[in-house]
Amino acid sequence: MKSNVLTIIKKEFSRVFNDRQLTFTTIIMPGLIIYFVYSLMGDAANKMAQSDREENISMQVENLPQSMAQAFNFFGNNVTVAEGSFGEAEIAELKDKTVNRVLVRFPVQFDSIVNAYDPMQGQLAPNVEVYYNSTNTATQRIYSMVCGVLDNYEKSISNRFDINRADSEEMRFNQADDEKVSGMILSKILPLLILMMVFSGVMSIAQTSIAGEKERGTIATLLITPMRREELALGKILSISGIGLLSALSSFIGILLSLPKLISANGGGDLVSFNYGTSDLVVLLLVILTSALIMTAVISLLSTIAKDVRNAGTLCLPVMFGIMFICLISMFQNNVSDSLVYDIIPFYNSITVLTALFQHEMHMINAVVAIGANIFYTVFAVWVLTKLFNNEKVMFSR
Amino acid sequence: MDEILTASSLCKTFNLSRKQQRIEHTTQRQKVAVDNLSFTAYRGEIFGLLGPNGAGKTTTLRMLSTLIRPDSGDATVDGYSIVSDPAKVRSKIAFLTSELKLEDFFTPNYLFDFFSQLHGVPEDVIKERKAQLFSRFGIDKFAEVKVANLSTGMKQKVSIVISLVHDPDIIIFDEPTNGLDVLTARVVTDFLRELRTKGKTIILSTHIFSLVEQLCDRVGVIIDGRMVACGALSDVCAGQSLEDRFFELYKETKGEEE
Repeated sequence: MKSNVLTIIKKEFSRVFNDRQLTFTTIIMPGLIIYFVYSLMGDAANKMAQSDREENISMQVENLPQSMAQAFNFFGNNVTVAEGSFGEAEIAELKDKTVNRVLVRFPVQFDSIVNAYDPMQGQLAPNVEVYYNSTNTATQRIYSMVCGVLDNYEKSISNRFDINRADSEEMRFNQADDEKVSGMILSKILPLLILMMVFSGVMSIAQTSIAGEKERGTIATLLITPMRREELALGKILSISGIGLLSALSSFIGILLSLPKLISANGGGDLVSFNYGTSDLVVLLLVILTSALIMTAVISLLSTIAKDVRNAGTLCLPVMFGIMFICLISMFQNNVSDSLVYDIIPFYNSITVLTALFQHEMHMINAVVAIGANIFYTVFAVWVLTKLFNNEKVMFSR
Repeated sequence: MDEILTASSLCKTFNLSRKQQRIEHTTQRQKVAVDNLSFTAYRGEIFGLLGPNGAGKTTTLRMLSTLIRPDSGDATVDGYSIVSDPAKVRSKIAFLTSELKLEDFFTPNYLFDFFSQLHGVPEDVIKERKAQLFSRFGIDKFAEVKVANLSTGMKQKVSIVISLVHDPDIIIFDEPTNGLDVLTARVVTDFLRELRTKGKTIILSTHIFSLVEQLCDRVGVIIDGRMVACGALSDVCAGQSLEDRFFELYKETKGEEE
């Protein structure tokens, strides 16, 4: 029994690893593509932010009040601020997005009318006009800075009380641990990413390995040997999961390598700190492993029913959308339920356990139930697959 | 004589699709492919199933080799039932048909080892048998060439060798010379004779009269899924040529219906 399963696994692996092209497309390419795409995205975002900072901007301010004079001189080296009035013609010039200019118009006597203004009397508040062109990212950036300065000024003159003012370094208002904060970020992205990568890794291999063999008539040659159908089913599922996991691992490495570039582009430094213990990692590994098994099992079943590889692809699409849907639900769910009922729902259980794990809120019992459920479903799927392999209508009718 | 394979009252029907019903001008939902078919093959003989296309030859052979199950009836192969003990039957037989393909990516050498392992053949026997069969068919020259790059004749030789990895006593061969050039066809027929002298039993299906006349000890004529004549070649022919006798049988059978 064991040796036949092993023979099948060896054959499936040698099919992939002795074929340089297949090794490249299934194992190396996913990681490489992700690395290049993400790095390029990060680089592009970095460059854009960089070039915006280097653009020379001229700012013309009408009626610059005394109170704001200082603040308006701190926009940076490449922003030249000039005082002077402007009219419709100058505003119209900004329609050309290559014009690096921002126009700011304060009301005459800004300081005194702001002082005199009483919001209780129901009149409109004094208005500052800032003209810019949002399609020119450099002027858009200056616009945001001007708004920031003005908002701060408004707050400072009407300040009656503060919220959460830290008078010393030790004062902390948010009582969440730092690791939980970064855990929140991880828990939102990673479970989805991991499951989708495993799924896409498993999908193409399962389709060629089962529907492909059926289409080419090579699986019949296997069925004519005295090997038991269970052995074939188990050998196929184990080997496909293994190769699928390697493919997912490659995607994962691609993400890890490109992550620094992506994060620096978004202005975050230590966005992600990986802070998990051995038991967390073991659970992580087991959940990913059993998820791969159950996904392989489902896709294998569909590929067996399918007439050919193309048909298998069509049948797998709804499953992929289903898994994506479940993943998305979990992304918008803030509180992961501890109820064990959720841990026996395939796919959803993996997501909730991973989410809880990354949030440092996992209970071992949930993880054990989820992993056990996944294994149970896989065994069940092997049993069904065996039935299908024995069914001549499924295996031999076209 | 030692009975090694007995088919008794094998029946198999297939569901017809709407499209197929239209093509065959029939409103029947099912087509009877094999109808109450019985015959016996003896150890050390070549038994031929002769019949036109669509007579049910291949369906019969697929049932004997346990790829499909009979609707009713049974057959025993070396004492094992194809219905209740299919795995045992598979270990006793070789089944050769064009629908069983070898994976393009692998070499004859790899595939021989792979299928030997699935049949549970010990390592040393694999080696010895491989050397012997490969040199018998001249496969040693292309043992490391992927199946995808082999010619039709080469592929057929490899398929034959792979089907014999476990040295089975019964060889079931569907249309053994179909699609082969005269040279390869000759290699195949010579080998079948050689297997017979070694005491193996061969069941083959064909629609070629000369092949039956050259090779078979006994023959069964199948028309419309029914065995219309079965016995030693000389008894079936009854003094006529096999071709003449076949058309006589065909007319008798078809005449009954019309």
